[in-house]
Amino acid sequence: MSQENLIEIRSVDRTYEDTSDNSVEALKDINLTVRKGEFITIIGPSGCGKTTLLRLIAGLDAPASGKIMLEGEEITAPDPQRGYVFQQGSLFPWLTVENNIAAGLKAKGVYKENKADVARFIELIGLHGFEKSYPHQISGGMAQRVAIARALINRPVALLLDEPLGALDAFTRADLQDKLLELWKGDGTTMILVTHDVDEAIYLSDRIVIMTPRPGKISEIMDIYLPRPRQRGDALFMAIRKNLLEKFHLASATPQPEYTI
Amino acid sequence: MNNPIFKNFGAAPVSNRSSVSQNSISNQRYLGWVLFSLIGLIVAEIVNLTVPDTQEINNLAYRIALLGLILLYLGIAAFSWFNADRRGKFITRAPFRLAMGIILTLWDLLSTKFDILPLPFFPGPSKVTGVILEEYGFLLQNTGYSMRLFFLGFLSGIILGVGTGILIGWFAKVHYWVFPVLKITGVVPAVAWMPFALTVFPTSFVAGVFLIAICAWFPVAYMTTQGMASTQKIYFEVAKTLGAKQSYLLFHVALPNAVPQIFTGISTANGLAFTTLVVSEMMGAQGGLGYYINWAKAWSSYYKVYAAIIIMAVLFSIIMKGIALIQNRLLIWQRGLVK
Repeated sequence: MSQENLIEIRSVDRTYEDTSDNSVEALKDINLTVRKGEFITIIGPSGCGKTTLLRLIAGLDAPASGKIMLEGEEITAPDPQRGYVFQQGSLFPWLTVENNIAAGLKAKGVYKENKADVARFIELIGLHGFEKSYPHQISGGMAQRVAIARALINRPVALLLDEPLGALDAFTRADLQDKLLELWKGDGTTMILVTHDVDEAIYLSDRIVIMTPRPGKISEIMDIYLPRPRQRGDALFMAIRKNLLEKFHLASATPQPEYTI
Repeated sequence: MNNPIFKNFGAAPVSNRSSVSQNSISNQRYLGWVLFSLIGLIVAEIVNLTVPDTQEINNLAYRIALLGLILLYLGIAAFSWFNADRRGKFITRAPFRLAMGIILTLWDLLSTKFDILPLPFFPGPSKVTGVILEEYGFLLQNTGYSMRLFFLGFLSGIILGVGTGILIGWFAKVHYWVFPVLKITGVVPAVAWMPFALTVFPTSFVAGVFLIAICAWFPVAYMTTQGMASTQKIYFEVAKTLGAKQSYLLFHVALPNAVPQIFTGISTANGLAFTTLVVSEMMGAQGGLGYYINWAKAWSSYYKVYAAIIIMAVLFSIIMKGIALIQNRLLIWQRGLVK
């Protein structure tokens, strides 16, 4: 893995108005550097702003202050070089599996010259034979494979994954985790994953970013020096898991400041 | 796939409804049901052939029509022979077909045969179907006129409606200025514009096209706007992260999302357009089935009015069926998603 930086997040704040017009700090003073080609996971309890952070990186949302840069250029809008996979229900229901994947190319306007990629990606995600199926005819796990293929077909430098496996059963999830690793090793796309699943984070990541809520901020970044392929039941794995859970517990147990406006 | 677990999770549940009822209807029973369906019509035919007429009438068209119906249902019965689902469907319709035959027989007996129903208001089936032989040229001409008027008006109404709907649904300025106008003018029945239309347009045909077009325009435009507005934010966000420009968001996200609602609008428009068609033909046109009804009424030829109504019923049903077929084809992605 190179040490070259891909994404730099500098002093990012993000506030929003809640229902009673109070401003809530979803993110406060976030600083993070994502290295090229790494698998980095952002983990934290709900409400810690991890999805907000991912949306900022995607350009779907803008920071209140601070900067997010990709290879030195500030991110201001969504771009196919930062692929995004939503938690669920993101496939266009009116398109077949095949056309959903092709939508990646069509939206960017490069379908004609890359037509052949569609079949290649269907093969890659193991959905051969389901090309003509509509999203409601396939399982949740298959749908997420399609969503991943659709984002990857535009050859992004980074793939942003917003709890993509959160809604799946344990077996399908484990299976798709392996698929993600396979895809990651295949073309070295930088992976930025948001999850609240500790095992998933350890199994997949080079580094884990731990976030805490109210205000959402990074409490620690953990390097995972486990050799790959990793075994979930392995003693070292379990030790890291215990360590992480403890940190988590401590991190969440820190007294949360009350704020008055 | 190198992971053997995966294969078990891959298969989508595909429902197979037909297998349950396979072979549950024996050939003998099915033939019994076929006879049951047809017996009423056969009796109607025999009654017409054997019972002497009291009213002076040409029975030929009615006999051909009955024979046609019998042959049609026989054809359907033969076609359904090989498929358990279709057999079942045929059987569910059998009682209705029997009742139809019985009612035709009674009608025939009460009018043509024993002259109990008063003329000219209640002519018999032979009299009504006889119109087709009597003046098929004139009928055909008027039917053609109606169809031309209907399709020109209805199709331009749909095109205008979808166009307006897209503009209102996509551009905030257009929404601000045009949507209230649409909402206010849209609730006015199109035929209210008739005096205006007849004055402004050079011919009553063009006026008719205009009326049908505006009556179709409103529900289609309204539903197109609604359908686009109901697009989930996630679809736009997905498209944006894939690099979509505005035109892609409009034509490949918002518009396909609106297609189910557009068809709801088209179905509503369809019913309104039939009404507007007939009313405008009755009030101003120089041709068409509405005009034919008016003309027949003026001569107290009520049997012709009935004949025209039957032709309308058949034509309009075919048109509605056609629209339903197009809808099923275009909305194939929804099947199983919505009941």
